[in-house]
Amino acid sequence: MSLVDAISTLLLAVALFFFTAGTVGLLRLPDFHSRLHALTKADNVGLGFTVLAVMLQAEAWATVFKLALIWLLVLAAGATVCFLIAERARLADAASIERTDP
Amino acid sequence: MTTVGWLVACGLLLNIAIGLGFLTSRRGGADSLLAALLLGTTGVALALVLGEAVGEQRAVDIALVFALLAAVLGVAFVRRGWFDSDEGGGCGS
Repeated sequence: MSLVDAISTLLLAVALFFFTAGTVGLLRLPDFHSRLHALTKADNVGLGFTVLAVMLQAEAWATVFKLALIWLLVLAAGATVCFLIAERARLADAASIERTDP
Repeated sequence: MTTVGWLVACGLLLNIAIGLGFLTSRRGGADSLLAALLLGTTGVALALVLGEAVGEQRAVDIALVFALLAAVLGVAFVRRGWFDSDEGGGCGS
């Protein structure tokens, strides 16, 4: 049980690292599409590690299955919304895209 | 495990606060749409970690609701911004 706790703690630390990397990318990257990239990729990997850590602590197999479904749902929804936002930014007028550049 | 859960939850909350503060400070443009993505992933992770720290198994259901709402919220945000740009030529402000 102690080994499982240690692995779970390690996974949570890795997840927090990826979430922080996503936030730093959101703050520091100069371009809108780069920010979209940082937020989508890093945060989804961080959520994956979080789900793995919580899976190790789960008591029933049904919970493990539900956690996997939650991660897949967030992945699919995140990819879809990411493409919608990128398409919307591409179709928007050039002035609004210019305004996002510092 | 409980202490680690609280610490990670605090870190995630800090991430959400900084990200939302940055996104709301940039008025207009497509940047405000990123808030839906930010809340979709980090909010679900926060619900899961908090549930682990408190020892509440039903937090998984809360995370599932967060994920479903974030998907609908993102699509709604994109559609609303789309209509704004069609009408006025400039989105936001």
